[in-house]
Order: sequence, then C-alpha cells, then structure tokens
Amino acid sequence: MTESVRIEALQKSFDDLAVLKGIDLVVQKHEVVCLIGASGSGKSTLLRCIDLLEPIDAGRISIDGIDITARGTDHDAVRRRIGIVFQSFNLFPHMTVLQNVALAPVKVLKQSRDRAAERSRELLERFGLADKADEYPDRLSGGQQQRVAIVRALAMDPDVLLLDEITSALDPELVAEVLDVIRELAAQGMTMVIATHEMAFARDVAHRVCFLDDGRILEEGPPDRIFSEPTNERTRRFLDRIIAAGRM
Amino acid sequence: MAEPSPEVSFPKGGPGDPRVPPGGGSRRPRILGGDASQRNVWIAVASTVIFFGFLTIVIVRSPGWPEVKQSFFNGQEFKESFPLILRKFVRNIQIFCVAEVMVLAFALFLAVLRSLPGPVFTPLRILSGAYTDLFRGIPTILVIFLLGYGMPALNLQGIPDSDFFWAIFALVLVYSAYVAEVYRAGIQSIHGSQTAAARSLGLSRWQSMRYVILPQAVRRVIPPLLNDFIGLQKDSALVAFLGVTEGFQQATIIQQSDFNFTPFVALALVYIVFTIPQARLVDRMIARDQRRRQAGATL
Repeated sequence: MTESVRIEALQKSFDDLAVLKGIDLVVQKHEVVCLIGASGSGKSTLLRCIDLLEPIDAGRISIDGIDITARGTDHDAVRRRIGIVFQSFNLFPHMTVLQNVALAPVKVLKQSRDRAAERSRELLERFGLADKADEYPDRLSGGQQQRVAIVRALAMDPDVLLLDEITSALDPELVAEVLDVIRELAAQGMTMVIATHEMAFARDVAHRVCFLDDGRILEEGPPDRIFSEPTNERTRRFLDRIIAAGRM
Repeated sequence: MAEPSPEVSFPKGGPGDPRVPPGGGSRRPRILGGDASQRNVWIAVASTVIFFGFLTIVIVRSPGWPEVKQSFFNGQEFKESFPLILRKFVRNIQIFCVAEVMVLAFALFLAVLRSLPGPVFTPLRILSGAYTDLFRGIPTILVIFLLGYGMPALNLQGIPDSDFFWAIFALVLVYSAYVAEVYRAGIQSIHGSQTAAARSLGLSRWQSMRYVILPQAVRRVIPPLLNDFIGLQKDSALVAFLGVTEGFQQATIIQQSDFNFTPFVALALVYIVFTIPQARLVDRMIARDQRRRQAGATL
C-alpha cells in the first residue's frame, strides 16, 4: 500500500482555544477513513487544515510524501489535488449546476469550455443529475445540491476527497441518496477522509474509524472493533450516547 | 446638497440566490388601507378628495398666494423658460452619464483593493480606505471648486482646462468614494463559505473574487448603487458654479433677467421627472430582494 495523506503532530488553535492538540494520522491510497466524535472535537478543523483552508500552528501534513505545510508551497496547486465537500454544500448560487461543476476545470485546469462542459455532463449523468445541469442550485433539493457539490469536487479529479459532515444539513429522507454516492466512490477506490455522525454508514463504508475527542485521536481501528468493543472509556461513552439517541 | 447614504449594510445569511421561486405576491405598501373592500375604497377616495380639496382652497385663498403664484408658478414665464432649460439639461445628462460609467469602474477598483486579503496588501487597503474617508468627508462643492478653478490655474502643460472635464472629474472622485463603500458592503455580505468553496477548488484569490464573489456582490448592491446615482444626478447642478452652461446655469440666467423664480421650478420639475422613475425602480428592486430573501429563508 502507498501512502496518500500523512499528518504528524498537527496542532491548531483559534485564538486561545486549542482545537487540535497533536493529531497523527496516515491515510493509505484507496483507503476510507471515518472521523467520528462529538461536535467540537476537531473533525471539521482537521479536514480544513488538510485542504489548507486553515493555517496550522505546528506539525506537518504531507500528500504523496510531499510536505504541503512547508514554506513556499503553492496552496492553489495543493487544493487542486484535494477535493472537499462541505456540510452546507456551498454551491455558487449565481451559476447553473453545469457552471458550478465546470468552473474550476476551465479556470484552474485550463480545459476548453467544450471539453469541461462535456466532462461535467458525463459526471452529472453518472450521479443521476443529468436533467439538473441547467438548473440553478436553489431549484434543487438539499440532497441534489450536495450531490452536485460532490460532482463539483470530483470534476477536478482529486487524489483525496474530504467530506465534512455532508449529510448533517439534510432532511433525513435525503441522507440515503448522498451516502449512496459515497459508497459508490468508495467501491471505486477513491481515497476519502470522512467526518460524519452517521455511525451505521461509517461502520459500513470505512476501512478505519478514528474517534476524536478534545482535539486528539483517542482510538482508531477497523469499524467492527471500534463499534463493538471500544477499548477507550470515552469512546465507549460516546457510542453509548449515540445508541441511546437512536442514531445507530 | 443631497448626500448619498454613506453605508449600506445587508442582512447576512440566506443563499443570496438570484432566482426567485414562483409565488410570493406583491408586498408593496398599499396607500389605500389594508382592506380592499368596495366600501373602504370609496371612503378612501372621498376623504382624499375632501382633504386635498380643502388644502388647495386654504393655500389659494391665503393672503400671499397671488404673489407666490406670480413669482414661482408663472405660466408665461414657465412656457418661455422650460424649453431653454430642457435643452441645457442635456449637458447635465452628458455629465452624469459619463460620470456614472467612470464611477462604476473606479469604485469597483477601490472596493476590490480594500477587500484584498492578506498582510502583503495592507498598504493598498490603507490607501483605498484613506481615499474613501477623505472624499466622503469633503463637501462635493469644495472638490468641484478646488479642481475646476485650481487645476486650470496651474497652467501646467498637459492638464486640460475644460470646465466640463473637471466637473466630471470632481464628481467621479467624490461619488466613487460612496459607491466603493456600497460595493464593499456587497462583497462583505457574501458569506466566507463561498470563498472557501472557491479556493478549495484551486481557484486563486483573484479568480475567487472575479468569478464567485463579485458577481454575487454586484447583484446585491444594485439598489443602493442606483440610490447613489440619483444623488450624483442631482449634484450635477453644482457644476454650474464652474460656469458650465447646464440646466441650473440656464435657469439662473433667466431668473436674473426676468426677476422671476419660475425657471427654477421648471428645472426642479425636470429633475423630478428624471429621478422619480429611478426611485420607484429602486423601491421595486428592494421589494423583490426582500421577497427573494424571505423565499430563501423558507427553503
């Protein structure tokens, strides 16, 4: 197996609030890693740091063996290779679905308009959104919008896909269509780091689950072990609360 | 002198969508009460007619009225001066049309400068901020005098001495400061998550601004922008002090020869006919915007 993402001793604070207190994590190519943990445990911040959307305070992040947190790194070039999908979709409301998807391929990858449009339509078709290509995002359901956001990230052919609680803003009946897309991507071997509250989904799709608590990875391992016999007391309590809330 | 609104703020949140879902009826405030029943309409009409009829009688029968009428609402004077003033008002139209186009571009430039992120751009941000502070603080008439009389008096080579040129130049300087603030409010009203989404796709700072932030921001600020343009159109009368023969100058000339103020009333009428449709347009756009936001909130 080859390494995709390597995170070493990563620390991040917002003013006086330490959010990440030394994270070490290695993600292999084609691996799906799920980050679980309570809100505020640092899952989202970790993903945003990997995509260089937040400057880090200490530590190192490497992609394919290259340190992306080194001085003089071209951030735009790094982000080109990393896809991220946000909880609140963040589609561009003034552009059609097709324009949303094709923007970066045209402006960043310098593909011709026709080529980018053609590829974008293919991708939309693959995820059942072909008939929405010329709609504006606010005409779409939340589930459809989130699928468009995934397609938009995929249009850049990322080496790694980061998913930041992508179903948390969705009505329950719309969650499944989005998770199905992720399952399909996992089956095709996409490298993914997924922050999620959907435990059943994490158990199902992840190769490895990491439990984050207070800015640290307290426990990690294959989903079956983490979910059925967690060794850490805090992990156990977190999972008990989830089960009590009927989320698993 | 009409000063345009210096700061315009926009409620944050909402997807700021450019498309309006169907439905959502008119929310324009109604002049005739809320209840549209036949009887109420009649009461409204009757009370309005009686009220304004009474007001008219009071005014017309008041002791000074004949003098007022003679001096301000003189029919003969109006008929003679109106075409002359209207012809010179074309000059005003030229001035504010040219100025508006230049303000649109220059103000956008200022706003973008001021919105550049990162410590490297601090001097540019300071420069742009100082500019807007300066020109929002100085009365327009002062800028017009300073440039219009001061610059040609320098007798420097290459500096134009056309009062028309300096009139436009001064208006552009002043109004760009206001409009830059309007643009900036628009840029700031676009949620940071839009920038994050753009940057995460590998777009550069400038590309994010150009393709994602600005198109949304400009769409949002069109109503307050038009508002400032109405102010600019009215301030085009100040140019008369430089000796540019435009509407106000023409009205002054007639007034001074005839000792009658009707030409000013005629000019006022021209301005009103010009600005009221624009004001209504702004109202409609704001109402549409509000509907859109409300529709967005229910999504």
